[in-house]
Amino acid sequence: MGKKSSLRVIPVKVEPVSTLTAGERASVLEVCARLKGLDAPLMPILHGIQDSLGYVPRDAVAVIAGELNLSRAEVHGVVSFYHYFRQERPGRHVFHLCRAEACQSVGAVALEAHAKKSLGIGFHQTTADGAVSLEPVYCLGNCALGPSLMIDDRLQGRVTPQRFDELVARAKAGT
Amino acid sequence: MSRTRIYVPRDASALAVGAQEVAQAIAAEAARRNLQVDIVRNGTRGLLWLEPLVEVVTPAGRVGYGPVAADQVKSLFEAGFLEGQPHALRIGPLEEHPYFRNQERLTFARVGITDPRSLRDYLEHEGYRGLKAALALPPEKIVAQVTDSGLRGRGGAAFPTGIKWKTVLATQADQKYVVCNADEGDSGTYSDRMIMEGDPFVLIEGMTIAGIATGATRGFIYLRWEYPDAKVALEAAIEAARQAGYLGANILGSGKSFTLELRIGGGAYICGEETSLLESLESKRGQVRFKPPLPAVQGLFGKPTVINNVISFASVPIILDRGAEFYQHYGMGRSRGTLPIQLTGNIKHGGLIERAFGVTLRQLLYDYGGGSLSGRPIRAVQVGGPLGAYMPESQFDTPLDYEAFAAIGAMVGHGGIVVFDDTVDMAAQARYAMEFCAVESCGKCTPCRIGSTRGMEVIDRLVAGQNAPQQEALLRDLCNTMLAGSLCALGGLTPYPVVSALNHFPEDFAKPRTAQAV
Repeated sequence: MGKKSSLRVIPVKVEPVSTLTAGERASVLEVCARLKGLDAPLMPILHGIQDSLGYVPRDAVAVIAGELNLSRAEVHGVVSFYHYFRQERPGRHVFHLCRAEACQSVGAVALEAHAKKSLGIGFHQTTADGAVSLEPVYCLGNCALGPSLMIDDRLQGRVTPQRFDELVARAKAGT
Repeated sequence: MSRTRIYVPRDASALAVGAQEVAQAIAAEAARRNLQVDIVRNGTRGLLWLEPLVEVVTPAGRVGYGPVAADQVKSLFEAGFLEGQPHALRIGPLEEHPYFRNQERLTFARVGITDPRSLRDYLEHEGYRGLKAALALPPEKIVAQVTDSGLRGRGGAAFPTGIKWKTVLATQADQKYVVCNADEGDSGTYSDRMIMEGDPFVLIEGMTIAGIATGATRGFIYLRWEYPDAKVALEAAIEAARQAGYLGANILGSGKSFTLELRIGGGAYICGEETSLLESLESKRGQVRFKPPLPAVQGLFGKPTVINNVISFASVPIILDRGAEFYQHYGMGRSRGTLPIQLTGNIKHGGLIERAFGVTLRQLLYDYGGGSLSGRPIRAVQVGGPLGAYMPESQFDTPLDYEAFAAIGAMVGHGGIVVFDDTVDMAAQARYAMEFCAVESCGKCTPCRIGSTRGMEVIDRLVAGQNAPQQEALLRDLCNTMLAGSLCALGGLTPYPVVSALNHFPEDFAKPRTAQAV
C-alpha cells in the first residue's frame, strides 16, 4: 500500500496509423469516459464499445489502454480471452447457434451442418453480402425447446433447417 | 365494463416460441372486438412444452391455454376463452395440472404467477418477509438459520452455504462483498434464468440478506451475456427495489446498507467457476485462482466475499421467513430442501420441476417427462451439465441426492437433465466433452489445456480402431491425470462424461462408422 504514492501515470502513445474512423474513436472515448469511474471498468467498457460499434476494433485497444492507464497487452489479453468480444466487424445480424448437448439431442449437429451449407460460411465468418455472421454458442438456456439460435439478442427455439432458412431470409430482407 | 386479466409469459423460452407475437395478437384482437383486457407479462410456469401458455383470469380462477400460436388467437376469442370456455388448446387451471401440482415449489413459489416487474405483486405474494425476519436478528443468528436449513450450494459444488457465510462473517475487513454467480453455462440448465426473469426480487432479497448476515455492503450479480432478457428484468427490479428503500443506504430504516450492481460476462464457460468469475469481475482474463485463499477470506478485490449461485441466494428468503426447520424438513440424507430440476433435450414434456431431493430419474423422465420427444427409447441421460456423467437406463432408479449420485461416479450439479434417445452416438458425445473442454479451458493448468486436445485425438484413434485396446488404456490414463491434476472442475470433471460413456456404452466406441460420424 505504501507504494501507492510512487505510482506514476506513464503516458501511452496511441499508434499513429490507427484505422479507427473519427466516429469510432469518438464512440470509444465516450464509452470510456462514461464508465471509467466504475470499479474494474474494463469489461463494462468492452461491452459498451461492442454494443455501440458491433465489435471492439483492434485499434480501439490502444485507446482504451490509454484511457484506463493499462498496458495494451492487458487490454488485448482480456479482449481475446472472452469468446463474446469480437475484433472483426460483424454482419448486419449475428446468429449465435447453440452447439451444446441439450440441443445436440434434438438435432443441433444436423442444423449446424445445414446452417453452414445454407449460408456458405463457417463459424466466425460473415456472408459475402454482409448480412449474417455465424457464431457458435454453448448454451442459450432454452434447453427444453431446442435447437436454439440467438439472432442479435432475440432467442429462437425449435429451430428446424427450414425455419433457419426463413429466419435468414427475414434477416437478409432487413426486417 | 370489467377488464379481463390475461397472462402471457415474457420468459425467454416462451419468447423463443412466439410469446411476443401472441401477446400482440391478443391485444390487437381485443381492440378489434372492443374488449377491455390487461395483459400481464409473467414468468413461465415451467411447463415449457406448453409455451406460449396463456392464462386468463376468470371467476373460477386462472385458466390456461397452450401452446398458443399467434394465428390461433382469433379462434380463442371466438371460443370464449376470456370466460375460460372450452377450446382445443385449453389446459385448465395450472394448479390442477399434474406436472405442476406434483411439485414442491419453495424457491419458485412465485415464478409464473406474479408480474416480475411489479414490486407490489412481490410484496403481496410474501415477498421481503425473509428480509424483515433477518433484520430482526443478529448476524450470527441469520447465518445459523442458513446453516441449520442444510442448504448447500445449488450451483453444482454443493458446499454448505451457511459455512461460507460464517467464514465471511468471522473475517474482519474494511469492505466485504456479496457476489452472485449468474453465469449459468451448463447445457441443460435454465433455472437461474427462470428466477431472474420470472421473480428477480427473490434473488435481490436473498443477496441483501447475505449482505446483512455477513457485514457486506456491496453486491454484484455476474450475469452471462447470453441472457439479455434476464438483464432487463434484473435492471428493472434493482431500480424498483432501490426506489422503494429495499436497496441502498439504511434499508427499511434499519441503518444497514446494501447496494447492488449488475455486470455482464463475456461468454466464457470457465467464469462459472467462482475464482475465475471473481477475476472476470475484476475485468481480468477469467483464469482460475489457486485456493487457498478461499474467496470467503480473500475474494473480490482481495476482500472477504460471499459467492453463491442464483438458486442458493433465491432459496434464502423462504428459509428466513419460514425458519430453518421448515426447509430442512424437505429432502433426504444430507441433501436437504428442494432442487429445481430442469428436464431438457429429447423429452416430450420438458420444463422445470422443483421437488424435494429423493425423486428418481425414472419418475422424472417418465412420470413428468412422458418419455422422449422423438418417441424412441431413452438411451442415456446426462445429469449435471457438460461435466456430468452419462447415465444408462440401469441407473434410472438413482434418487436425486448428492451422495447417491457421487457413489456411482455421477453428479447432481445444477440439476439439469439432458435426455438422449437411442440414435445417440456416445463416442461422439465423449469426443464432444473433450472438445468443449478444449474450447473453454482457461489455459492455466496443463492437464486441462493440453489433455483435452490429446483426449479428442485419442478418441478419434480409438473409434477408428487403431490399436483400440491401447488407445482405451491411454484414454483412461489421460482421464485419471485430468481428474487428479487439474486446478478446477473443468479439467477435473471432463473425464466424467468421457469415462461414463466408455463404461456404459463401450459398443459405441467399437462399431464401424461412416467417415462423417467422427
